[in-house]
Amino acid sequence: MQKFSALSLLRAGLTGHAGWQRQWRSPEPKPGYDVIIVGGGGHGLATAYYLASRYGVKNVAVLEKGWIGGGNTGRNTTIIRSNYLFDESAGIYEHALKLWEGLSQELNYNVMYSPRGVLMLAHNIHDVQSFKRHVHANRLNGIDNEWLSPEECKEFCPPLNVGGAMRYPILGGALQRRGGTARHDAVAWGYARAADALGVDIIENCEVTDIRRAPTGEVVGVDTTRGSINAKRIGVVAAGNTSTVMNMAGVRLPLESFPLQALVSEPVKPIFPCVVMSNTIHAYISQSDKGEMVIGAGTDVYTSYTQRGGLHIVNHTLDAICELVPAFRRLRMLRNWGGIVDVTPDRSPIVAKTPVSGLYVNCGWGTGGFKATPGSGEVFASTIAKDEPNKINAPFTIERFRDGAVIDEAAAAAVAH
Amino acid sequence: MLLINCPYCGSRPEAEFANGGQAHIARPADPMSLTDDEWAAYLYMRDNIKGLHHERWRHANGCGRFFNASRDTTTDVIKRTYRMGERPEAEHQGAKP
Repeated sequence: MQKFSALSLLRAGLTGHAGWQRQWRSPEPKPGYDVIIVGGGGHGLATAYYLASRYGVKNVAVLEKGWIGGGNTGRNTTIIRSNYLFDESAGIYEHALKLWEGLSQELNYNVMYSPRGVLMLAHNIHDVQSFKRHVHANRLNGIDNEWLSPEECKEFCPPLNVGGAMRYPILGGALQRRGGTARHDAVAWGYARAADALGVDIIENCEVTDIRRAPTGEVVGVDTTRGSINAKRIGVVAAGNTSTVMNMAGVRLPLESFPLQALVSEPVKPIFPCVVMSNTIHAYISQSDKGEMVIGAGTDVYTSYTQRGGLHIVNHTLDAICELVPAFRRLRMLRNWGGIVDVTPDRSPIVAKTPVSGLYVNCGWGTGGFKATPGSGEVFASTIAKDEPNKINAPFTIERFRDGAVIDEAAAAAVAH
Repeated sequence: MLLINCPYCGSRPEAEFANGGQAHIARPADPMSLTDDEWAAYLYMRDNIKGLHHERWRHANGCGRFFNASRDTTTDVIKRTYRMGERPEAEHQGAKP
């Protein structure tokens, strides 16, 4: 791997930038691997990277049906935070946040992690009580989160409209200062490059068409659009397509796949200093370094695999944003798109072994998976390498729905992440 | 926004409807005799089909009645809507009803 540094930039500059190598190889699939990861999004690439870097499993392939970063990794609104209510959630999201803090150095790739603060707005008495409960629960778990009055919200994010007769007045907000954003494409590319350097084969345009099992039940490999590949351990990290892939091995999951939309405005000068979220009115907004306002909406009401959604969903979000930030009323929107998110009944992920020996699944991140990318990959790599969950992801089983041990962040956080 | 043909009222915009998830999941006749796995399967496990999907809708801001729709989840095209108690057409039963 060609190391990135100021010196290497200077050296390449002197030779007309002609000497840069491809950031990862484009290998032909080998007949077999120790581990196959199905899905080359951020979570899958992170899993492969941590398998190779921390758990000594280097004979790994990542199979991606499209291209790296072309799915939800390149479609989300890049929000990072860890102020979830329950201990289990706090554990896994905080694990991720700690990894974010050192990720650019670890990968030798600038993922542009920017802890600019995530402010979650409260619009009614229920929000106020619920968010204050979150603040206290987070502090008990050693996670920073603080309550701001409306005036303090205005001071922290000056474009906000906190006065006047609003349909959804701002009654305060919960602020996680360590929260923020990262450059989502760079996360995928950085993990791909670092994993490739450790010997992981990243195989794009390779769709899994079947999961092969021995007569005794355990997995022995996959069939793909680029031929059969053997492996005794397979990790499925396929986001909205997880049900389809797991169905190949006869495993049913408590998942439904919904379109989740996002959109960006024309680029403007720096105006919005932080991330603002409003669960109650379904609006998520931050400003990218290019100057675009990056806006997330809610999900559509029906399951779909179309990677688009209804315009009325987006309109609803823009209505809310125009009221929260009146200065944005004249902004023009440039593009909108959808990603397919796999949602569990309790809105918490599944990172676990499955009833099929050798088959592991990492799914159900729903509308909020990007923030968890490093932590999710790290614990999933540990689970695959040791054939048992580590203590951070142990609660996130499939069986919790049978046993009643759900981690009900849906009720706790109102709706969205 | 989808246009949905309510079997009772005719074609109306999606905003008038509420989605009720996968159709044809019968409540177990004797819940007390179920194992925990069977009960969890009834409550939580879904086909999440990529292709033709049979689902419930309710014309919430209209006649208020439930009905079913067969929709292709790869295109969002609704092939047919039908009343409660009816089965999906044979040609649409490739996917598990």
